Amino acid sequence: MKRLFLLGLVMMVTAITYAGGYRVSLQGQRGLAMGHTGVAVVNNAELAFFNPAGLVFLENKINAAVGVSAVFSDVVWQNQEFGQTARTDSPVGTPFYAYFSYKLNEKLSVGLAAYTPYGSSVAWEKDWAGSHLVNDIELAAIYVQALASYKITDNLSVGGGPIYVSGSVNFNRNLNRTLTDLDGNRANVTIDASGVSAFGWSAGAMWSPVDSLRIGVNYRSEILVEAEGGDADFENIPNSPLTPFSDTQFDATLPLPAELTIGASYQLNDQWLFAFDYNRTFWGVYESLDVDFADPGIPDSNNPREYEDSSIYRFGLQYTANQTFTLRAGYYFDESPVQSGYFAPETPRNDSNNFTGGLSVNVTDNVAIDASFLYSRFEEIDESYDYYTEPDPSTGQPRRVPFGGTYKSSAFIPGLGVTIKI
Amino acid sequence: MKNYFKYIAILALGVVSCEPELENAIEDGEVYSNGEADFSNYVALGNSLTAGYADGALYITGQENSYPNILAGKFALTQDTDGFTQPLVNDNAGGLILNGSQITENRFVLSVNADGDPSPARYTGADPTTEVSTKLAGPFNNMGVPGAKSYHLVAPNYGSVSGVATGMANPYFARFSSSESATVLEDALAQQPTFFTLWIGNNDVLSYATSGGVGEYRLNETDPTLYGENDITDPNFFAMLYGQMVGALAQNAGGVLLNIPNVTSAPYFTAVPFAALSPADENFGPQIPTLNATFAPLNQAFAFLGVPERSVNFATDAASPVLIKDESLADISDQLTEVLIGGGVDPATATLYGMQYGQSRQATAEDLLVLTSAGVIGTVNTQRVQELMALGLDQQTAGQLSVNGVTFPMEDQYVLTESEVSIVQSATTAFNIAISQIAQDNGLGLVDANAVLNKLDSEGIAFDGGTITSAFVSGGAFSLDGIHLTPRGNAVIANEIISEINATYGSNVPKANVGAYGTVTLSQDVQ
Repeated sequence: MKRLFLLGLVMMVTAITYAGGYRVSLQGQRGLAMGHTGVAVVNNAELAFFNPAGLVFLENKINAAVGVSAVFSDVVWQNQEFGQTARTDSPVGTPFYAYFSYKLNEKLSVGLAAYTPYGSSVAWEKDWAGSHLVNDIELAAIYVQALASYKITDNLSVGGGPIYVSGSVNFNRNLNRTLTDLDGNRANVTIDASGVSAFGWSAGAMWSPVDSLRIGVNYRSEILVEAEGGDADFENIPNSPLTPFSDTQFDATLPLPAELTIGASYQLNDQWLFAFDYNRTFWGVYESLDVDFADPGIPDSNNPREYEDSSIYRFGLQYTANQTFTLRAGYYFDESPVQSGYFAPETPRNDSNNFTGGLSVNVTDNVAIDASFLYSRFEEIDESYDYYTEPDPSTGQPRRVPFGGTYKSSAFIPGLGVTIKI
Repeated sequence: MKNYFKYIAILALGVVSCEPELENAIEDGEVYSNGEADFSNYVALGNSLTAGYADGALYITGQENSYPNILAGKFALTQDTDGFTQPLVNDNAGGLILNGSQITENRFVLSVNADGDPSPARYTGADPTTEVSTKLAGPFNNMGVPGAKSYHLVAPNYGSVSGVATGMANPYFARFSSSESATVLEDALAQQPTFFTLWIGNNDVLSYATSGGVGEYRLNETDPTLYGENDITDPNFFAMLYGQMVGALAQNAGGVLLNIPNVTSAPYFTAVPFAALSPADENFGPQIPTLNATFAPLNQAFAFLGVPERSVNFATDAASPVLIKDESLADISDQLTEVLIGGGVDPATATLYGMQYGQSRQATAEDLLVLTSAGVIGTVNTQRVQELMALGLDQQTAGQLSVNGVTFPMEDQYVLTESEVSIVQSATTAFNIAISQIAQDNGLGLVDANAVLNKLDSEGIAFDGGTITSAFVSGGAFSLDGIHLTPRGNAVIANEIISEINATYGSNVPKANVGAYGTVTLSQDVQ
């Protein structure tokens, strides 16, 4: 019993990560508790996300896992030259997952999955110093996937299936650093689109060269969420032909990048399991956030992002204490796709060290409660976004006006789930 | 077992409550310092520039962006302060009302006129609601009073509501003076300021200049009750008074003095070119041959009288200087009439020409046309038409001889002539010598506002969004009245004051981000 408690403490002081960009790695409490590893771990229905090839290795005929996390994530910013400080007051994000698999026969399982691997929720104080870049943003994408998992041999399987995505975005920012109406209210625009559909797929394979070792690979395709005819709502625009901003429609494309995972797990004995995953997220597709307004009188908004492909290194361990309790801990290092000079306050993410922990409690033979937490530790960083432009007052030509300062993020994410096997 | 869950829950909650914290956080109050200055009770004294007056009116957002308010925000980052209060007006229309009647005009906004050109116009989208007789309960840290001259700060009854109607008091001060008889300086000192800024004296020369030099330079006159509204204050009197005020303020407070910008660096005096008559103008251009033919006998007369420099010629290939009346010129009306008659011009016309052109000449680059002349040049002066018709001219001829700046010399109030400019400059120089000496005598900071505005006028001041200049409308420094600063201009001044404070008091006060402050406001809600 004492050892259990000590492991709990270790989990707290060992640390964690939260994914860069707007990737939200919270697709299973068991995997998350182990540093969000799982491409080569056969544990429960979370495999539907981590590696559908493994579903066929689950012992029971019916497997289900559902869960939700509460994302407490905030950012503080300051600019020492001008004595400015701002903090986000972001709403608590609640990414969820629901997985189900059914074993048709020894060779074939089918499944359904719903999960939210991408999203962002950042709310700065309205009209803060960086409000010309973002006041607040809500980004959500729900993935729904049909799955099949096929056992080729006793130690090799493949799996995958098509993905349907329903995405939404709501983004508000001020038009520039100074434009106001007569009463000094800052001119701003909200772009809003929801129910935007897109399709993709994922596929994986799992191989067990020896009983104690599993190796897995999984690939999830890139999905471009193309918002067409979303609403652009302009507010506090001065009554002037010089500022012809009236409500209109917009088109924009937001890429949800592809992700490749390879990993291995090793069952040391009945109690200890070790897992390692490597993620490569192909963020390079996110070159620019371009908002194309339908009204020809309103200039389109081009916002260079120039993300680069990035890697995440994940480590997890699981300790099966007894028939009731299983404890887990993990760590991952998350490399930010955001490059220096492109540090926009809508996703102010630098590299992070992430510490995870959690446990499962088997309530009955069929039902287990899974709990996890994630603490993301970011170093404070001096960064700027250098690609915002304003017309130069003397020439009228666009001129870059960097927005920078010192940022520090933190994220703490507790999660709860249920695993059912029948 | 239950206990373990409890511990984990407590640990978890501990982490949840951990907001991100920076190592060297401004919020912790350890980044900046007040040095030897004490900003706990900062009081700003001055005139419209201090009040946050802009675009020809006092309105809320202008006050919010006054340089004292910007400064106070930065001071509060260095130490605990008592806050900074301003006598905010009621609205963003600007304009004051006294007992229900409007007594000052609404603000200017930038509107696009019928020709498609952006130009300043008075805002008419809302009626003013700031009633002078509704007294505000003070005290107020911002004691800037639009229109105040140096000696007004110590003038009893300057804040009397009943005096406003008779022109004996200032409506802006009447709104918030502590009593009918209180002086601005008394109300400031009563607050026991620990730090002050003083920017006064501009109006002591400015009203002479904005009126086109219709007042007088009151050298050696030390009784301000004898001064006319547009007179220039005697520099020795100014120095004595200024020294007394600063001595009283500095007794228990640190502070910064700002000197007086040369008014001629403001767009009010520079925006309208002396050669304002373009041959491309469809009303003026086609008339040039006729005009030159009309002026030909006059020019011969000027040459005959030995003043060929008063000749009037309009070029067809370049913009021509406007015709002005220069009161410093010898009045040669009678001689001119005689010579014209001698040259064969009928006596009636000769008399008329003599009267009209006895002190006229075309402007030179040394003359400054004030902003209000822009809407007048090239238009028919209807008052003059009436006068001429009363003298017996038919309406058409009267109209031809009444075109402002073309056939009718621009009147004194529209032009600051070369000699008037030099009077303004010599007075400004004398005031600034006094201010500099008084700053030194009292160990106070001194901001050379004159140099700052000259720099804005000559080369501009760089900021992260480009260069801020004095160019009218587009330069960013000056509001649409051409004299008062925009929020961005106020930020520039605030930064100069901060530099001086940091140098004088060993403080570390952060600067304002100039590019985040706006310039002119757009609206089509105009007449």
